[in-house]
Amino acid sequence: MASQSTPDKNGSKSTWTLKTGLAQMLKGGVIMDVVTAEHAKIAEEAGAVAVMALERVPADIRAAGGVARMSDPEMIHSIMEAVTIPVMAKARIGHFVEAQVLEAIGVDYIDESEVLTPADLKFHIDKHAFKVPFVCGARDLGEALRRINEGAAMIRSKGEAGTGNIVEAVTHIRAITEAISQLTELGPDALEKRADEYRVPVELVRQVAKDGKLPVVLFCAGGISGPTDAALMMQLGAEGNFVGSGIFKSADPARRAKAIVEATTHFRDAKLIAEVSRGLGEAMRGLSLESIPVAERLAGRGW
Amino acid sequence: MVSRSSRSRWQNDLPAAVGDRRPLTARAGVLGLQGDFAEHLATLDRIGVEGVDVRRSEQLDEIDALIIPGGESTTIGKLASQYGIVDKLKDRVAEGMPVWGTCAGAIFIAKEVPGHPHPLAALMDMTVERNAFGRQVDSFEADLHVEQLGEPPFHAVFIRAPRISRVGPGVEVLARLDDGTVVAARQGRLLATSFHPELTRDERFHRYFLSLGTS
Repeated sequence: MASQSTPDKNGSKSTWTLKTGLAQMLKGGVIMDVVTAEHAKIAEEAGAVAVMALERVPADIRAAGGVARMSDPEMIHSIMEAVTIPVMAKARIGHFVEAQVLEAIGVDYIDESEVLTPADLKFHIDKHAFKVPFVCGARDLGEALRRINEGAAMIRSKGEAGTGNIVEAVTHIRAITEAISQLTELGPDALEKRADEYRVPVELVRQVAKDGKLPVVLFCAGGISGPTDAALMMQLGAEGNFVGSGIFKSADPARRAKAIVEATTHFRDAKLIAEVSRGLGEAMRGLSLESIPVAERLAGRGW
Repeated sequence: MVSRSSRSRWQNDLPAAVGDRRPLTARAGVLGLQGDFAEHLATLDRIGVEGVDVRRSEQLDEIDALIIPGGESTTIGKLASQYGIVDKLKDRVAEGMPVWGTCAGAIFIAKEVPGHPHPLAALMDMTVERNAFGRQVDSFEADLHVEQLGEPPFHAVFIRAPRISRVGPGVEVLARLDDGTVVAARQGRLLATSFHPELTRDERFHRYFLSLGTS
């Protein structure tokens, strides 16, 4: 974690403070998957804090099968031109050249994402080596800390993308927050043991135990289909939400997007959530987890 | 922290609190609709001021000052205008309540924001340009000389930051970058910074802001 302890010099760029800081600015907000400049404008108009530019939303990637790769730079660029909010884009797990290209295009954040087909079965991207910050998915605390140790400046619980089914998102955010609260009660020896188990430096584990939270912002992803799901994840400890297929696979994306934004802000206000949930039209159809063969589940990608 | 000479130079202009430990504003609100409001609340807690997470317009009656945090100005502006916060805030400012906007918050309170897609509060006579330094890879940190805060320089964190490109006649410039770009300004009890004092452990800007309410 050398980049965290290095004093930040005057005029310096791409410091840990700046990388994690942008994620701080996104807190309490919704990051929406968009596949066209028109979608991006709808998302911005609905109050999204950022958009994720990609060629196909996860539900369509799932349906299409085959290998899913980084999106066409032309398409990402057109989205960057269309909106003033931050633009994120996905690189395959371990595909550091896709990440280099995304950095060269000038995206504001890279998602090293299990939604795309992994490029490396052994190594995730060395994210400290980049100027642009990264967000990574995690199913549990060990996975989150391994990604942070590699340089991820933001974490999202993985859930199961493209299903419109919240069950895996709930499982993963609970796994992360419960493991954090356990850490806060452990003594020094147990923390060392936990660090071995997680395969990360003990200093990182000690820091989480001391703060009772991750050293970076934690969002939720993978299965949010409407305002109640969004508020559920916030009440379970997420600091904001990624919504993929749930918006643009629904009957009325603009209204649903707006409702999800409001429910994410006012996540404890059931009256308001009831109000914004009225007459939203049909949600995305969704998939039960049992109907997806284990080999086709995206959350199992990465380690 | 504040040297005697720099403090005496500004004694008339500056009300009590900067640099000493006189009581500050009793209850300070932080607009909690979106962004890094928790970092502002934590800073207030460190300096012994009660912070209130403000998400509804009626809460504006319960506070003596309001901070609008960093975040996305499009999101904050939309949520604030939707639930009547902007209108109520204008009334409270007319009554003399101090308001400070950091980054997105500075955009939120500016009278002019070229090309902004959503309505904003339009409180302070200045023009603020969004994303004025470029995208995230152009975000930077810099030490600023701020006379009102004295020495040492204030370490400022700029994230996809805006700049103040025009200030009206009643607006005092508080800080500039080396190239002259205005990044902090004050108009009466309204304060704007392009950067994020809440992301550092230096509480001088928070103290300065809270002192405006006692003037």
